[in-house]
Amino acid sequence: MDPLNAIEMRDITKTFGQVLASSHISLDIRWGEILALLGENGSGKTTLMNMLSGIYFPDSGHVHVSGKEVTIRSPKDAIALGIGMVHQHFKLVDNMTAAENIVLGLRGSWRLDLKKISAKVREISERYGFNINPDRKIYDMSVSEKQTVEIVKVLYRGANILILDEPTAVLTVQETEKLFAVLRSMRDDGKSIVIITHKLHEVLALSDRVTVLRKGVYIDTVKTSGATAQSLTEMMVGRAVSLNIDRPAPVKPTPRLVVKNVSCMDDEGVKILDDVSFTARSGEILGIAGISGSGQKELLEGIAGLYPLAGASSIQYFPDDSGQATELVGKRPRQIRDLGVALSFVPEDRLGMGLVGSMDLSDNMLLRSYSEGRNFFTNRKAPKKLAEDVVEQLRIATPGVSTPVSRLSGGNVQKVLVGREISVSPTVLMTAYAVRGLDINTSYTIYGLLNEQKKAGVAVIYVGEDLDVLLELCDRIVVLCGGRVSGIVEGRATTKEEVGLLMTSLKKEEAP
Amino acid sequence: MTDVLNFLVAAVLALCPLLLGTLGETLTEKSGNLNLGVEGMMFMGGVAGLAGSIYYEKAAAHPVAWVSVVIALVCAFLCAAFGAFLYSVLTISLRANQNVTGLALTIFGTGFGNFFGELLGNSAGGYAAVGDVTKGAFNNGIFPGLANIPVVGKLLFSYNFMVYLSIALALVMAYILYRTRTGLNLRAVGEKHAAADAAGVNVTAYKYLATCVGGGISGLGGLYIVMNSSNGVGGVWVHNCIAGYGWLSVALVIFATWHPSRAILCALIFGGLSVMRYYFPVSFIPSSIYEVFPYIATIVVLVSVSMRRRRKNQPPASLGLAYFREER
Repeated sequence: MDPLNAIEMRDITKTFGQVLASSHISLDIRWGEILALLGENGSGKTTLMNMLSGIYFPDSGHVHVSGKEVTIRSPKDAIALGIGMVHQHFKLVDNMTAAENIVLGLRGSWRLDLKKISAKVREISERYGFNINPDRKIYDMSVSEKQTVEIVKVLYRGANILILDEPTAVLTVQETEKLFAVLRSMRDDGKSIVIITHKLHEVLALSDRVTVLRKGVYIDTVKTSGATAQSLTEMMVGRAVSLNIDRPAPVKPTPRLVVKNVSCMDDEGVKILDDVSFTARSGEILGIAGISGSGQKELLEGIAGLYPLAGASSIQYFPDDSGQATELVGKRPRQIRDLGVALSFVPEDRLGMGLVGSMDLSDNMLLRSYSEGRNFFTNRKAPKKLAEDVVEQLRIATPGVSTPVSRLSGGNVQKVLVGREISVSPTVLMTAYAVRGLDINTSYTIYGLLNEQKKAGVAVIYVGEDLDVLLELCDRIVVLCGGRVSGIVEGRATTKEEVGLLMTSLKKEEAP
Repeated sequence: MTDVLNFLVAAVLALCPLLLGTLGETLTEKSGNLNLGVEGMMFMGGVAGLAGSIYYEKAAAHPVAWVSVVIALVCAFLCAAFGAFLYSVLTISLRANQNVTGLALTIFGTGFGNFFGELLGNSAGGYAAVGDVTKGAFNNGIFPGLANIPVVGKLLFSYNFMVYLSIALALVMAYILYRTRTGLNLRAVGEKHAAADAAGVNVTAYKYLATCVGGGISGLGGLYIVMNSSNGVGGVWVHNCIAGYGWLSVALVIFATWHPSRAILCALIFGGLSVMRYYFPVSFIPSSIYEVFPYIATIVVLVSVSMRRRRKNQPPASLGLAYFREER
């Protein structure tokens, strides 16, 4: 065994029922390196790492840690071996404080001395440049704070092998940069870091080596310095793909939605949206950019009739080119949907909204259309056909359309959701975070689908997180900042810097 | 004045079985198990404790009070814990539905208690009761000197040992839950199994232990009902003697918002409601109306607690869910 290797996995196989998640995978992780684990959705990256962290137990294969063969039966064993994992869905207890979460499950004096623990947490935070308040409850924290707690939790346990599962999926650009700085300093400390991510530019910027998996099979490990986005994508997908998003010029754009003076407040009376006005036109993709939590979600829900809007708000809807307008404010969600305004919202918790995990694919399709039936009995044929089409078009990895949705991997679940929403052929299609957590190939499939809708004359509203994509895909971009429109820019003419500045501009004005 | 004092004393005596039932269920629910079998476990504990004392008195030439008490407590605890153990095997290891299993345990325990209770009487020729030694130990105050102080003595020092035991248990449980690592781990198990598991807590062990110990504590509540003579006879099996106290306990857990020390006050209020008719009779209100007070209060409490949605007072988030690590 090579003394440079922190972990050697040999011939690891794992199946879930009929699904082969990992097939004879061998993998080395070295000390003092950042290894990126790359692969499409459902390629078995998370499964493989979960076998190191003790969540899953491999069907066969060997694991060596620091040269010794080990059996990892539970997360407890993994912690004892110095392996810590930050899961994509944080494993934190919401109504406990950060400090309580950090010492959870550890040995020590029976009496819980939270002051002492908080002090030690602060010490670790300072050493790595984190900023967390140990006495704050998790439910009061933002996503990035929660992630920081997870990382500190792993460090507190003295882990020297750190696994991060899609850590940047919900972080802003600045937060991501900060995280990367921390990871680099940890690597320089001699720790081993494995990062699972879909974002190729992050892989290229951060990692030392890249391991690619495809459909549960090990493809290759390459040095990052010799790789490009194109070469990695081809390894991942197994064939040549184009990384350019095409943007056809809009054909005869006419207003479909005229949003005027839209404002709303949250439960505590804080203004979420403040006097937002813009127009969405047919045959174009209107992007909405902004730091997460700037009111994107409320705006879309407000248009869809799911979020109460303040009195002066007005949303005029033009279903066709005749100039006849309908006022949407005050209408019920069902009426708005029947008028042809579709909302496909991909929430952070994919299974929480929109899909029922224990139901199969065709039944989830049926959820959208059950009211169309004129019969006491449901018609299962159409949804089944639709499910089959979506599976084929979006290449969803599933044993069949009668598999419960919760059995699919996260990205595939999302494909089902997006596919269903696009299928209703709306006049206005609103999507939020449609590609969140999706691999690059699937993301491009979704961009293609949105472009098709655009060509068919649909007014597409696209709320996205990735600025690069927004700039390449959208015809016009509305930039939100703190619930206000800080600018509407042309997608073809603007720059990343301009949009980035607009995203934070109002905050600067407020600063003294 | 004397009426009020007597009422308060009676309320405290009535608090005891409710508090023990509530504490047991609180501990169980903190591990994420919703055990609706409290009523059944109280039956099991009550009959087993009674049988333990009766057989001990039969076997010993000169029964000693404290030995009889210890035997009764141990029998009651173990028998009820055994019921909880059956529940644990079904819900934790076999991942059966918790509600259904709990209801089955209630039905099983009720039958178990009544069957062996009747059997105990029949085999003794129609009537079996503990002797005065045991009965006295369960019902007499343990501070006879202090109890003679006017007002304060009666209010604070006139009770039997079970009352003090239950209140002490509530305080100890609160300390363990909120001030120790064991308590932290247990609360985490009930809040989010996966988080506790990923942090290295043995979820299965915590769930088994909390559920079985919790069941045993509830069983002590059943023993108290059987042994207590404040409502008439004591130390003898009365058919269906638990009479819904287990269910009141389940509701009290919610009323006390899953907090052991708050449970003391909540159990006192319910205890007071259940004995009110003896102390404040109003001529035009039939006594049967008084009898439903605790149940009406339960409904009011459940409705109001459900409406008051404060983050701090929520049930353990994983309550009622089974945990399987490799589930996708």
